[in-house]
Amino acid sequence: MSLTKTALLTGAATLLATTALAQSRDQVQIAGSSTVLPYSSIVAEAFGENTDFPAPVVESGGSSTGLRRFCEGVGENTIDIANASRPMRDSERETCAANGVTDITEVRIGYDGIVFASQQDGPAFTEFEPADWYQALAAEIPDESGTTQPNAVTTWSEVREGLPEVEIAAFIPGTRHGTREVFEEKVLLQGCEDTGALQRMLDAGMDEDAAEGACMAVRTDGASVDIDGDYTETLARIESNPEGVGVFGLSFYENNQDTLKVATMGGVTPSTETIASGEYPVSRPLFFYVKDAHVGVIPGLGEFAAFFTSDEIAGPDGPLAGYGLVSDPELAATQEEVGALGGL
Amino acid sequence: MSDIAASPPAAGEGRKTSLLRETDRVRKRNAAERRFELYGMAAVGIGLLALAFLLLSILGNGLSSFRQTFVDVPVALDPVAIEEAEASVVKTSRYRDIIEGAFVSALEARGLLEGIDPEEAAGIISEEAPAQFRDYVRANPEAVGRPGEFTFLVNGRIDGFFKGRVTFESAELDGNVTPAQLRLAERLAGAGLIDTRFNWAFFTAPDASGQRPEAAGLGVAILGSAYMMLVVLFLALPIGVAASIYLEEFAPRNRFTDIIEVNISNLAAVPSIVFGILGLAIFINFAGLPQSAPIVGGLVLTLMTLPTIIIATRSALKAVPPSIRDAALGVGASKLQSVFHHVLPLAAPGILTGTILGLAQALGETAPLLLIGMVAFVGEYPDAPPEGLFDPATALPVQVYNWTQKADPAFVERASGAIIVLLAFLVVMNAIAILLRRRFERRW
Repeated sequence: MSLTKTALLTGAATLLATTALAQSRDQVQIAGSSTVLPYSSIVAEAFGENTDFPAPVVESGGSSTGLRRFCEGVGENTIDIANASRPMRDSERETCAANGVTDITEVRIGYDGIVFASQQDGPAFTEFEPADWYQALAAEIPDESGTTQPNAVTTWSEVREGLPEVEIAAFIPGTRHGTREVFEEKVLLQGCEDTGALQRMLDAGMDEDAAEGACMAVRTDGASVDIDGDYTETLARIESNPEGVGVFGLSFYENNQDTLKVATMGGVTPSTETIASGEYPVSRPLFFYVKDAHVGVIPGLGEFAAFFTSDEIAGPDGPLAGYGLVSDPELAATQEEVGALGGL
Repeated sequence: MSDIAASPPAAGEGRKTSLLRETDRVRKRNAAERRFELYGMAAVGIGLLALAFLLLSILGNGLSSFRQTFVDVPVALDPVAIEEAEASVVKTSRYRDIIEGAFVSALEARGLLEGIDPEEAAGIISEEAPAQFRDYVRANPEAVGRPGEFTFLVNGRIDGFFKGRVTFESAELDGNVTPAQLRLAERLAGAGLIDTRFNWAFFTAPDASGQRPEAAGLGVAILGSAYMMLVVLFLALPIGVAASIYLEEFAPRNRFTDIIEVNISNLAAVPSIVFGILGLAIFINFAGLPQSAPIVGGLVLTLMTLPTIIIATRSALKAVPPSIRDAALGVGASKLQSVFHHVLPLAAPGILTGTILGLAQALGETAPLLLIGMVAFVGEYPDAPPEGLFDPATALPVQVYNWTQKADPAFVERASGAIIVLLAFLVVMNAIAILLRRRFERRW
């Protein structure tokens, strides 16, 4: 008989539990870009230690996933902050607005560099130009007349004298990563322009969109491998393939300097300084988006945004810069905007 | 057989067959048998080899996470400095200044500061130290104004040096640690100020950010997993057993129950991520339960475990011979009495075994938790149940997944350590299941 009793009790308990969820959430919930995740969790940890609010919960999942969940609506069972490694798209703003998320504060936390690195003891990949990457990875390259031919290059030395004579094996971020977009635009497209390939295609009568698309199309014959996982996966691939070159985030590289050797891009060594000054060409801003309607409802939300952007955290001497974030020169303007949310 | 054996010589002169002498066909058949045995042994061997490889690599990588390096630092609790620190925005960075100052002067007093920049020397202390220090100050306000003796974690790279992960060569290349810091750490270890000991915090501390792998622990993950198992046990066991008893003992055999039966078997084979999607839709979006909470995780895993428990319970009930039921009914027991007084107690060991195996399966599950927000960085412990069931938490397999994605190589060791802990839980649960079966199961 005791079993039926237990079953009844459990049923009652579940009912009680379901009614008890009227209780309000007391910690901030964040989701989004895996590039922003380490910074976000550093700040979340420090926020929990330095204030009387609980540490926010930070989920990963990618910029697009985070923004989609952010735009699901207003209410305690939706997230308060979305991390993104790219600005919010217009279509996403429309979805947000359709679901009642109308007031959104965009906070730019700083810049992230994208670096090209290979095994420490591998071939001497020390200098790259965007043109090298375009010529090595483009699916099709226009000849003199502007008609496109499949890319026949197989070794780096064929791309440019001075690069090591090894087979091309590039490990680049997959299409679901925000990093891929930056790689295509700032490296492949740039290289396409630098080599004059873009101009040749335009001269041959291609329209601009198609020509740019052709510039950014990556070959699929195995010389380039899309990595859909994290940088740890890229690192594992590089470790098992001494001739491979991988695309990493600056902070990831800085944490693995003993195994990775970084190459210059356009003659500039990537570092927080060269990225901040704009000399290093491949970088992008990082953002988080705050749902204004939750400020004042979810305790600590406004305070967290202010804490995140404070000089001691996001400034050039703060822990985020120490982890590889390139701090935003216009931080003061951001602070003002965030201050309007009624933070610290 | 006996015929042939009885008259071997009479079998004609052309065919001289004997059991003692192998003919070609016999030889072939024997060879086939030996080959099959070899194939079988090879199969078992490959399995064992894979297991050995897995265990060796996990133990080799992960055992070091159970030990951690600490440094002793005398810090005077200066009331003025503490008051100043409390007045700032990022209090821990001011507390860090206090600790660093105290550490450097302690090194100077002992003459250990040779050949190293003071700031560099202070860098060997973990980022976790200021938080630990502030917690102590807040918990013991009476200690302010007195000198204190603290034991702080050292930075993950220095810890790696004592575990053999970081060497002087790798430090040359690494921007996060310098050979001078390693030499200082060696001197400190020689002076007895730094030592590596068992790390309880690995089991109790919450997760830490990428900047302080040395402080990351499994506390929140273990609690979260325990809470979820609690929910699964309290929901899946009664529901599963009730459903099985009804289907096995009371339900009429018809089309409808047939469909139910087929569906239960199908449910057991549904990929777990599907339950996650279901959980997101029903428990979070429709019922409005909080995200990242063990209650939702528990409910999702309950759905996932139910078919396992129902199937195990039904086969346990089926194994009880009908004569028991007949005897009970024959002496005047009602159907209910025959089930609850006789059949269920006899089937209990089988039911428990199935339940424990179902729980073990649920314990190792990550995919359904991905969609309900439990794959996250959670820095705070959940409260005690029942309220704690609604607080954010992670789970053991999730923690493994999270740590393998971190940039700092020190997290590799912790991920393997977490796998060891998870495996230990699974082994214990399976051992209990086997023990129960051996001890209480009855065969007829």
